[in-house]
Amino acid sequence: MATTADLVSNGNIHRHNQNINTFKSDAYVRSGFSNHCSKHNGKANGCLDKRPFKESFDQAPLYVAVLTYVGFGVVTLFGYFRDFLRACGLEKCNLAQEREEQKDFVPLYQDFENFYTRNLYMRVRDNWNRPICSLPGPQFDLVERVSDDYNWTFRNTGKTIKNVINMGSYNYLGFAENNANFLTTVADTTRQYGVGVCSTRQEMGNLDIHNELEDLVATFLGVEDSMTFGMGFATNSMNIPALVGKGCLILSDELNHTSLVLGARLSGSTIRVFKHNNIQSLEKLLRDAVVHGQPRTHRPWKKILILVEGIYSMEGSVVRLPEIVALKKKYKAYLYLDEAHSIGAVGQTGRGVTEYFGLDPSDIDVMMGTFTKSFGAAGGYIAGKKELVDFLRTHSHSSVYATSMSPPVTKQILRVLKCIMGQDGTTMGIQRVRQLAENIRYFRQRLQEMGFIIYGNEDSPVIPLLLYMPGKVGAFAREMLKKNIGVVVVGFPATPITESRARFCLSAAHTRGMLDKVLNTLDDLGDYLSLKYSRHSRSTQDRTLRQNSVINH
Amino acid sequence: MASGQQWVLVEMVQAFYEAPAYHLILEGFLILWIVRLLFSKTYKLQERSDLTEKEKEELIEDWQPEPLVPLVSKDHPPPKYDVVSGPTSHKIIVNGKECINFASFNFLGLLDNERVKNQALTSLKKYGVGTCGPRGFYGTFDVHLELEERLAKFMRTEEAIIYSYGFATIASAIPAYSKRGDIVFVDEAACFSIQKGLQASRSNIKYFKHNDMDDLERLLKELETEDQENPRKARVTRRFIVVEGLYINTGDICPLPELVQLKYKYKVRILLEESLSFGVLGEHGRGVTEHFGVNIDDIDLISANMENSLASIGGFCCGRSFVIDHQRLSGQGYCFSASLPPMLAAAAIEALNIMEEDIDIFRLLRDKCKHIHSALQGISGLEVVGESISPAFHLQLEKSTGSRELDVKLLRGIIDYCMNRQIALTQAHYLDKEERFLPPPSIRVVVTIEQTEEELEKAASLIKEAAQHILQHTVLGH
Repeated sequence: MATTADLVSNGNIHRHNQNINTFKSDAYVRSGFSNHCSKHNGKANGCLDKRPFKESFDQAPLYVAVLTYVGFGVVTLFGYFRDFLRACGLEKCNLAQEREEQKDFVPLYQDFENFYTRNLYMRVRDNWNRPICSLPGPQFDLVERVSDDYNWTFRNTGKTIKNVINMGSYNYLGFAENNANFLTTVADTTRQYGVGVCSTRQEMGNLDIHNELEDLVATFLGVEDSMTFGMGFATNSMNIPALVGKGCLILSDELNHTSLVLGARLSGSTIRVFKHNNIQSLEKLLRDAVVHGQPRTHRPWKKILILVEGIYSMEGSVVRLPEIVALKKKYKAYLYLDEAHSIGAVGQTGRGVTEYFGLDPSDIDVMMGTFTKSFGAAGGYIAGKKELVDFLRTHSHSSVYATSMSPPVTKQILRVLKCIMGQDGTTMGIQRVRQLAENIRYFRQRLQEMGFIIYGNEDSPVIPLLLYMPGKVGAFAREMLKKNIGVVVVGFPATPITESRARFCLSAAHTRGMLDKVLNTLDDLGDYLSLKYSRHSRSTQDRTLRQNSVINH
Repeated sequence: MASGQQWVLVEMVQAFYEAPAYHLILEGFLILWIVRLLFSKTYKLQERSDLTEKEKEELIEDWQPEPLVPLVSKDHPPPKYDVVSGPTSHKIIVNGKECINFASFNFLGLLDNERVKNQALTSLKKYGVGTCGPRGFYGTFDVHLELEERLAKFMRTEEAIIYSYGFATIASAIPAYSKRGDIVFVDEAACFSIQKGLQASRSNIKYFKHNDMDDLERLLKELETEDQENPRKARVTRRFIVVEGLYINTGDICPLPELVQLKYKYKVRILLEESLSFGVLGEHGRGVTEHFGVNIDDIDLISANMENSLASIGGFCCGRSFVIDHQRLSGQGYCFSASLPPMLAAAAIEALNIMEEDIDIFRLLRDKCKHIHSALQGISGLEVVGESISPAFHLQLEKSTGSRELDVKLLRGIIDYCMNRQIALTQAHYLDKEERFLPPPSIRVVVTIEQTEEELEKAASLIKEAAQHILQHTVLGH
């Protein structure tokens, strides 16, 4: 039996091989797919989109992995040593202590629970939670803070670091802005409605502008109806339990966001995890589930729900949607697509991954997304068929128990949606979508040329740059800040232990000048910290780029 | 000791020489068998099926899942929400009719306060709307830090932490501390977000009867005997009591002094949900701790949302740094969610300013609560449920018709009657199948300081009238 995934990839076996030849043995297999493999998606959905699907996950040389483990080993050893010193009273312990009155209670934390925080995270803590004191636009101002006790506490110096280039915020379309002309409707709404609602959707908190927003979201996505919620995280965790329950099966990507995981857990369904973006792994689970039914009783599953994200925020990968839709149709499963990072950011007109692949939105059973990122607001939506949304209006935990969305936030989303859809009479929205796509291409190409290892899809605005070693995580973020560039670095436990990384989020608001400044700084810093791990020679890179541009035209 | 070990070794080697051949062969065989077991493929029940590919295809072909959402029958159309045009402040337009609002939790009337709005607008001008990031990744604004500091100062605790959604606050805080195997004692009337937090924590949950301290002590004693039987387990099993200051489901105040006594007697930590009591109870609006004069440090964690009294969005937890700081890495709704829009934080700060400047508003609110509470007594067919100083309480049917559906319909009748006469009320909504202990259907009455005495009187007499009008038929029916 030919699996659906095979069918899809057959269409371009030639090009696939070509790529492997180009990169020789550098290509390594991740999640069952060769890297740099490109695909035509046409076969799966019957459309004739010629866009190649290009995603890369290069592997670092072996010595890097070894050194990374050694690095963690050294820090851990020192951690034990310092803990020993603290226990002896030779080193002052800066941690907040339990009250005297409650010392004989069962300890609130197990000692080992905080080992990592105390000994590893504390060394580089200054690189997170950096307070900002301006708009989170393409450039922002940071509150300068110093620590007199090795990051246990921080003290503001009273100064600000002005005009830091912001490579960390999810401001994909640059709608985090404070131009008074754009924000007139938001300001008017604040004056009229105030900022809160003080009630739930089902009781006395269903405002006229909420209804207006839901209609517009549905139109934007090309579906029948939609419902909006006050918090993106809660949209997942409070609605999945309404859709599935005991006797249902959830198939979840291993890199799904915490909110999806929490929602799945709260639902009480059985959860099985497939390898990241791996169609074979998903198909095997689906097949087993349908054939064998529930464990022990072998009763058939009531429903099977597949949980995936449009763009994965730590990998920068784009979901293999056409293949998953084909699978879902074959096995009659339902598909829940979380477009937190992809809505607004990909697709010709910013309508997310369905548009990116040229799929029909009605093929996705549950379209979920957030307004925090591209829309520069807060909250989330669920969209789909009318029956689905009607059901959620009655049964969503959020609609019954949680305060509805703040009026100014609602208005901001309305304004941004109208702008992207061109309903405001300008082409500003569409220009931003295009600008973002252009920025992504440019930034990714330049980074690859420099020899960095970057992950993810070539069209993804999330660009992880691999740092690997724990020591470099702190060094990288601090050096970048010295050059007035704000970056996000992530390490274990948010990533696998050997794959600490920096993550850039591109914005349509980044000018070429800003990007060039970041790239030049990266080039220097990459040499200084030896971050250019990629083993592809530059000439090969150039050739691939040329090939791609031929295909794109 | 070393020589002893040596001797054993020598003996073993000797035994090996002296053993008969069949013995060695048998042992060798056993060792090989173990090796085989170690390296054989993992035993999986599901894969041991003898189905052919064709049969599998047939099974896949045959399987019909349930629809994603249940089909809606024609006689049960999805309920329509009431539509509010304009703000949900004192005067409210519901379904096109202007009414006095007795339904939203805007206790202190700060929703349409000009000062609050102006602060929000100033913040909007500077920061825009969204934060475009979680707290860890450039989503921490100076406004957030200021609000946290102000909340901590207001509550007189060491530290406070803010969340971007009221519901997520306690629901994230509980699983940050209580893990699998830990024990949580919860009041039966606990609100839904507590229930969800408990579910996420996967702890061992013991419900005690609503506000019944004897029942709680009985459970604590049971645990004590269990502990004596298994002291090793007891040393690592964390234990918590989760209660609400003012119960949203019943309008009752929790007996905090007794709870604190039990806390020290049985060494249990208290997590207190104050969404309704924050900014309501106590001389300065600090909540149920101030109401009873309990030392706030005796409560391990206080959680509240900023969506009621403060009339903004979001929630916060406060307490000692030892407890609160842990959430900055372990509170899921804190770490993995975008932070609160700065303009909403700025509005909350200004609302706190107003609360600090004028403590009269809390007394005023209590007076109004007492006023309507006594005015609503003695309505035939309707029972007032909740403390007389609670600004949100319930009107339940004195006698249920026996069918929840019919009860709901009757109450809806009363609400519609009042709504047509300029008093906006709402039913308390629950997810009937999800609640652990489903409260009986009720009308929620919310008092705010903006309601005048005449309006309170009017509401009370209208409800009385409506009850007579609507419930008459059912009374006759009995």
